[in-house]
Amino acid sequence: MAVEVRRDGEGLELELTGEWSCREFGGLETELAAVDLQAARRVSIDAGALTKLDLTGAWALHQFVARARAAGAAVSFKGSAPDQLRLLDDTLREAEKGVEEGPAAPAPRARHRAFMQLLVDLGRHTAAFSRNVIEGLAFLGRTSVTFISSVPRPKHLRVTSIVRHVYETGITALPIVALIAFLISVIIAYMSARQLSGLGADVYVADLVTIGVLRELGVLLTSIIVAGRSGSAFAAELGSMKLNQEVDALIATGVDPFEVLVVPRVLGLTIALPLLTVVADLVGLSGGAVLCHYLLDMPFNQYFARVNEAIAGTTFWVGIIKAPVFALLIATAGCYRGLQVRSSARELGRLVTVAVVQAIFFVILADALFAVLFMEMDV
Amino acid sequence: MYPVVQVQGLVNRFGTQLVHDGLDMEVHADEVFGIVGGSGTGKSVLLRTILGLQRPVAGTVRINGSDITSLSEAQLRSVKSRYGVSFQAGALYSGLTVRENVQLPMLEYLSLNPRALDDLALLKIRLVGLPAEAAGKYPAQLSGGMIKRAALARALALDPKLLFLDEPTSGLDPVSAAAFDDLVLYLQKELQLTIVMITHDLDSIFRTCNRVGVIVDRRMITDTLEGIVNNPNPWIQEYFHGERARARLGAAHGT
Repeated sequence: MAVEVRRDGEGLELELTGEWSCREFGGLETELAAVDLQAARRVSIDAGALTKLDLTGAWALHQFVARARAAGAAVSFKGSAPDQLRLLDDTLREAEKGVEEGPAAPAPRARHRAFMQLLVDLGRHTAAFSRNVIEGLAFLGRTSVTFISSVPRPKHLRVTSIVRHVYETGITALPIVALIAFLISVIIAYMSARQLSGLGADVYVADLVTIGVLRELGVLLTSIIVAGRSGSAFAAELGSMKLNQEVDALIATGVDPFEVLVVPRVLGLTIALPLLTVVADLVGLSGGAVLCHYLLDMPFNQYFARVNEAIAGTTFWVGIIKAPVFALLIATAGCYRGLQVRSSARELGRLVTVAVVQAIFFVILADALFAVLFMEMDV
Repeated sequence: MYPVVQVQGLVNRFGTQLVHDGLDMEVHADEVFGIVGGSGTGKSVLLRTILGLQRPVAGTVRINGSDITSLSEAQLRSVKSRYGVSFQAGALYSGLTVRENVQLPMLEYLSLNPRALDDLALLKIRLVGLPAEAAGKYPAQLSGGMIKRAALARALALDPKLLFLDEPTSGLDPVSAAAFDDLVLYLQKELQLTIVMITHDLDSIFRTCNRVGVIVDRRMITDTLEGIVNNPNPWIQEYFHGERARARLGAAHGT
């Protein structure tokens, strides 16, 4: 019990005991709420027996005193009121002086409100979307200009930095890219073997694997893995540099952040992704070979003869030519979103997510456009 | 009555670099204790060790009598809930408003209803002299001085008796720094706080500290303000009697 209540006709005597600290707040509040103030004209509080009273405890008491006064009772303290209560009163009074109520905004008519809100939202989203498109294009443009202008001045083409990004986005991604390419080709070979063996056309499994991996899956899956790995890394790295004012420091030093941060990343990935794709293609073809060998009893030399026949002059290039384009999209999305980070860690998380989602989306969109293009070109 | 904070024989080493070698420190109840030292002498490492963010190579750290290096996770939590810390750059959670920043420790340790939670957070925000409008703002929208105050409000969320302040006035203009010192003194007096403060600011030391510990040669020399000023150690002499300090000393002693 933190409160002992003695009733004496119209008077109420409260003796506060024990620890009134923030840890006991729940109990204090319940006990104070249970004090019946009806018919009380005078409330006398004795805080002398308290072993501890912190600000949170004092606030509970403050609320009670306010409630008692509102109920029409005169509140007095036996001895003097606790210091903490005075501090609380001072703080609250000072704060109230500063507060001025602004005029309330007139409420718009309800009937039009929902419709108007819809229009406003639509407009706002459209504007935000177009601003995003324009800013994204501007970003791409500025990156290209920085790149082109640094070509004749090799010092400005940060070679060390580019090499580092080729290593980080390319070499370190090799194991996972190879593993996924292998598994995917095994899946294609297995699925098509089930279908084609019914027709007695097992040999065409090799054709399917070859064309599937070289034209589409090799480059597409590699790009998606790289978007998840490196797109997010770019966004997170640049974003935390932005939060740490490192980007501001670069600009203040007269160093163009596009030159030292964006272009090396874009170039590095543009070099790394095609190379990764070549590896994915090779591993994919080998995966098909292994499966054909063990599942269809097709000798390796027969498999590779089929592969050789299935490859047209363009098959490999149709796939590999997409890699630099995808790399550009992934790196741009990562860097662009990273540099958009402002002010908070939450923003960083949100924009890294946006970077990866958009990178993957643009990669697939571009792949679809390439498919249409190649169809029209008849390759 | 044991000291509020007691550090004995502290040794901290990074690789081959010895930062502290047998450092002793004692902070008594109801005092403002200033930790002073040149850059790189390990003031922040000392604070991090006391806060349990870093394990010392040797030595003990006692807070309210319990050795924090030998406590269980749960005991450590309870010790940590009884002091407040304000970090140098504020370390406010950037994704939360000032109010939510102050409420975070309350939500973690106390059982409060939502209304009390809001009112108490606002009380702490007002207590450190921030306007009520600041409650809804995000750290990025605050000025340097307001960030320091908001960090102090968060440090006071659980009504601690012990407060650690890491360079509370760094980065503030002299007027704001003086106002912040006054706030610290006011809160110290009103809430009977024990304050451990790392600072470089001579004004701050003379205005607020009762005792000062200077880290020299990997150990701490502790004395009252009067005593430390007259300490013969060359670094201390340079610090308190150098060109910068003379004017302030004169002002502080009325000569």
